[in-house]
Amino acid sequence: MAMIENRKKKSLIALTMVAPFIVVFSTFFLYPMIEMIRMSFTDAPLVGEGNWVGVDNYIRLIGDRLFVTSLKNNGYFVLLTVVPTTVIALLIALAVSRLKGVAQTLALSLFFLPYVLPVSVVTEIWAWMLDLQFGILQPLIALVSGKPVAVFKNPYWVMPMVALVTIWWTNGFNVLLFIAGLRNIPQELYEAAALDGATRFQRFRRVTWPLLWPVTALVLTLQLILQLKIFDQIYLLSGGGPFNSSYVLLLKVYREAFQMNHGGYASAVATVLFMLIAVVSVLQYQLLRIRRGA
Amino acid sequence: MSAARRLENLVLTIFTFSAALVWIFPLYWSFVTSLRSEENVVGNASLLPDEFRLSAYVDAIFNTRLMVWYFNSVGTAVIVTVTVLVISMLCAYALSQIRFPGRRLLYGVVLASFMVPTQALLVNQFILMNNLNLINTWAGIILPQLITPIVIIVYKQFFDSVPKEMREAVVLDGGGEFTILFRIYLPLNWGITTAMAIVTFITVWNAFLWPFLVVTSEDMMTIPVGITQVNDAFGVAYARLMAVAMLAALPVILAYVLFQRRVTEAIMISSGVKG
Repeated sequence: MAMIENRKKKSLIALTMVAPFIVVFSTFFLYPMIEMIRMSFTDAPLVGEGNWVGVDNYIRLIGDRLFVTSLKNNGYFVLLTVVPTTVIALLIALAVSRLKGVAQTLALSLFFLPYVLPVSVVTEIWAWMLDLQFGILQPLIALVSGKPVAVFKNPYWVMPMVALVTIWWTNGFNVLLFIAGLRNIPQELYEAAALDGATRFQRFRRVTWPLLWPVTALVLTLQLILQLKIFDQIYLLSGGGPFNSSYVLLLKVYREAFQMNHGGYASAVATVLFMLIAVVSVLQYQLLRIRRGA
Repeated sequence: MSAARRLENLVLTIFTFSAALVWIFPLYWSFVTSLRSEENVVGNASLLPDEFRLSAYVDAIFNTRLMVWYFNSVGTAVIVTVTVLVISMLCAYALSQIRFPGRRLLYGVVLASFMVPTQALLVNQFILMNNLNLINTWAGIILPQLITPIVIIVYKQFFDSVPKEMREAVVLDGGGEFTILFRIYLPLNWGITTAMAIVTFITVWNAFLWPFLVVTSEDMMTIPVGITQVNDAFGVAYARLMAVAMLAALPVILAYVLFQRRVTEAIMISSGVKG
């Protein structure tokens, strides 16, 4: 009897402890999620009730050229960022981890610092650096294209440039993960390889690379998820233009909901994005589980 | 070490630092710009700070709502950080130390919610906030940002590794679960709390999309949203814009410089590369 009492009391205490999270989570995550899915089957405006229209919104999406464009642009942006940022981060991490003591801390700080900046600070900085008339980087651009270019108003330059800004801004995070990964590699392995007369390249291929692969996989999938959600930089730098050449899914959600007042349709786009990222996340989780199991 | 090795090391070090300086150049250039007078900014490609004027900063502070945005940013970021830590710590302790019905389910929910993108929910979070009449309020900015399952996961991981004997000692003394949490588990994991606090603070300080949606009144804006409003009627004033940008970045740069080790540690831990 006493034990049952005790267990009840314990459960009650546990309940008190988890209650704040459950309340916050249900109200601001679970409820909006259910609402998003429900609304995606209606023609509701942003605020107010609509009619049930079944899968009409989803069918409409297939024929919506802007939706298809934004899907493609999301893909293009992923191509422009995910692998390049991983490679750059790896190179930086290898270079920085060679350094010792204060030099290492200093170099790492210089590479990491952009990561802590607010997105709008980042975009203001780059808009100034790339200003058509006075931008300090315009001479460099003129070298490539022969003349200064308003990069965020040019359909060919806009996505690569937003990608560049994004890589500059977020790469410090990846560098850190790689450095942690490098530190986890036992030093003895290198010593053994050196004794066997392995060259620097062989040591990288046979020791560093295989042991760093799990972190690489983590960085790649984290980046994939992050870059699928791209919004802030696009909104602030190009607004999706010119000619929709930087229009992305989350921008589509935003425009449909807040500018066109199509709550139901926006929810359908959001649901698609949600599913897309959830699938990638589950794949990532599986990947990491395999890694931990190994 | 052979002379050749030493030379190679020196070359690589110089190369790494050159790359680091190129990397940080945009930040340096904005800072230099912010120290110039507006007339001297345009067409000035001198890389050195040829002027040292604070006029752009004075202008930014007195002629924009920067101070109001600062206030909103500090207020909301502090409240979110403290609330997130308390909620997560309690939840993680229960998940880690108490056997109660639904424990596995709850942990599954936490893990699952860590994986799904909150950005996709913004339309319906907005509608909810609108129905609750919380548009243009601190509560509106704060509430959806309290969903940070990762902090729970990290806390749980650390609570799991505290030796059970310590807990039993308190139980023998007649202490309850709250006593155990606050007397033992919390002090033992103080480093994690600081690390999580700094990273949460930086994340909230920098949040753009949600505060941008939920706030329309200039007086309620946070810094990252507010600075997008700084434009001159007579064209863009670059020195002032850069001064505003530098001021907006200052707290997070300071936080990073002061707590560098904690920031990097927290990122490594919450990504699972270091536990």
